[in-house]
Amino acid sequence: MADLAVYFRLARAQVRGQLSYRGSFVMNCFGQALAQGNDLLVILVVFGRVAALGGFDITAVLLFYALSGMSFGLADMVVGSIERLPTYVRTGAFDVVLMRPLATLFQLFAGDFQLRRIGRVLTAFGTLVYVLSTTDIHWTPAKALLLVLTPLAGATIFAAIFVAANSVSFWFVDSRELANAVTYGGSYLTSYPITVYVGWLRTLMAYIVPGAFVAYYPGLTLLDRADPLGGPSWLGWLDTPVAALAALVAGLIWRTAVRHYRGTGS
Amino acid sequence: MCAVIGCYLRITLAGFHRYSTYRQAVLAGTATNIVFGLIKVGILSGVFLARDGASIGGYDLTTTITYVWLGQGLLGVVDLWSEDDLAERIRTGDIVVDLSRPWNLQTALLCTDLGRAGYSAIARFVPQLLLGAVFFPFRWPDDPMVAPAFVLSTALAVLVSFNLRFLLGLTTFWLLDSRGVRSLYSIAAPTLAGLEIPLSFFPGWAQHALSFTPFPSMLQFPINVFVQDGPVLAMLAQQLLWALLLAATARLVLARAMHKVVVQGG
Repeated sequence: MADLAVYFRLARAQVRGQLSYRGSFVMNCFGQALAQGNDLLVILVVFGRVAALGGFDITAVLLFYALSGMSFGLADMVVGSIERLPTYVRTGAFDVVLMRPLATLFQLFAGDFQLRRIGRVLTAFGTLVYVLSTTDIHWTPAKALLLVLTPLAGATIFAAIFVAANSVSFWFVDSRELANAVTYGGSYLTSYPITVYVGWLRTLMAYIVPGAFVAYYPGLTLLDRADPLGGPSWLGWLDTPVAALAALVAGLIWRTAVRHYRGTGS
Repeated sequence: MCAVIGCYLRITLAGFHRYSTYRQAVLAGTATNIVFGLIKVGILSGVFLARDGASIGGYDLTTTITYVWLGQGLLGVVDLWSEDDLAERIRTGDIVVDLSRPWNLQTALLCTDLGRAGYSAIARFVPQLLLGAVFFPFRWPDDPMVAPAFVLSTALAVLVSFNLRFLLGLTTFWLLDSRGVRSLYSIAAPTLAGLEIPLSFFPGWAQHALSFTPFPSMLQFPINVFVQDGPVLAMLAQQLLWALLLAATARLVLARAMHKVVVQGG
C-alpha cells in the first residue's frame, strides 16, 4: 500500500513536469490521438470496400476497435514506460532500481509516466460514444457494469503483455522490437474480429496471449451477438478473471526474469 | 576525383557494417515485421472473402498477399520513421564538426543510409519475400525486366525517403526541437505511403490527392512495379522527379541553415 502511495507521488511529479510545457504537451497529445485515428482510418477505408468483415458489420468492428484502443491506451499510459527496460539493463542502471526500497515494477512504471498517451484513449473513447449512441443495445445493469469493466480488464491484459514481453530484455537485450509484436501487434490484432485470422495465429494471439478477451468476447456480449466460432455466450463475462490471471502470470514471469539480471560489472 | 568517390564508397560500407553489427536487433525486428504481416494477411483476406474474391483496382487476393510481404520487407529498407541522429546533432551543436569535415554532408549521410538500406535488403527484405513466396499464395512477376525495374524503383524510394527525413532533421535548425514535426511524419507517412492498406483501396479522390505527394513513391510504387500494377515508366519517372526535387530542396535548405550556424567558443 505504501508502495502505491509513493508510486502516485512519483507519477504526479512526472505529470506536473510535463504540463509545464503546455504547448509541447498538447502537440504530443494530439500526435497520440492521431496515431490511434490512423487505425480508425484504415477500418473506414476497408468498409468503403466491403459491407462486413469476418462476419461483422462496421458497428461491431468499430466497437472492437474502441474497446481495444481504450484498453491499449490506458495500459500504454500506466505501464508503457517499461519499454525503457532494455536501456536500464544494457547500461546497468537497473542496479539502482534494485537498490531502492520500492517494488521494481512500480519504479519502472513511475519513472517515465506519460500523460500524453491519454490522446489514444480519447480517440477510442470518442469512437465508443459514437458507436453506443448510434446502436440499439438492449441495456441491462449487468451490461452497463461489463461496459465499465471491459476497458479496465483489457488494460490489465495489455499491461500484463507489456510486462511479460519486455521481460525478454533480461535474456536478449537487443531484442526490444520483439515485444512490439505482442504489444502493438496485440492492439492491431484485437481491433478486428478474431474470426479473420488463421487458426494458429488466433490460438497464439487471442487465447495464449488472451487478446480475444480485450474486445471480441465482451463486444459480442454487449451486442447480444452469437460467436461465429461457436464459443458460449458467457465468455464475454470472463474478461475480468482472465485479466487477473494474466496479471498473475506476468508477475511470475517478471520475478523469474529479474533473477536473471547480471549487472554490467562496473 | 577517384579519392572523393572512394571516400563516399567507404562511408557506404561503414553504414552497411554499422547496421550488420546488431544481428539480434535485426532478427527481432524481422520477427515483429512478420507478426504484423500475418495479422495484415488475415484482415485483408477477410476483405476479399467478403467480396467473394472480387478484385479492387488491380489487386486480387494473391496480389494483396504479395503486397503485404513486399511491404513488410521494404519497410526496413525504405525506413519511413524519422529517428535521425541528425536532429539530435543539430540540437546539441555537434553538427558543427560534421559541417567542417571535407565532405558534402547531404551526400555523406545519404551514403550511410544507402549502406543501411543495403543491409536491410539482405537481412529483412529477402527473408520476408521468401517467407511470403513459400508459405502463401504469391504472385511472381512474369517478365524478367521487372527485376531491374524493381531494384531501381526501390533505390529511388530510398532516395525520396532519405531526403524527406533529411529535410525533417534540418527543421531542427529553426525549431530547435523537431520531435513534434518528426513524430507527426512518423504517424502519417506509413499509411500515406501504402503500408497499412494498398492505396488502391482508398476512395478515388484520396488516391488522386496522394498522387501529388511523394508518399506513394516511397512504398506503393516499388510494390506496384513488382506486382505489375500500373505503368512502370510513369511510376519510375515520378519517383525520379520527387527524388531530384527533394534533394535539391534539401540542398537549398541546408545552405540557408549554414547562414544561421554560429560556432560558440573555440
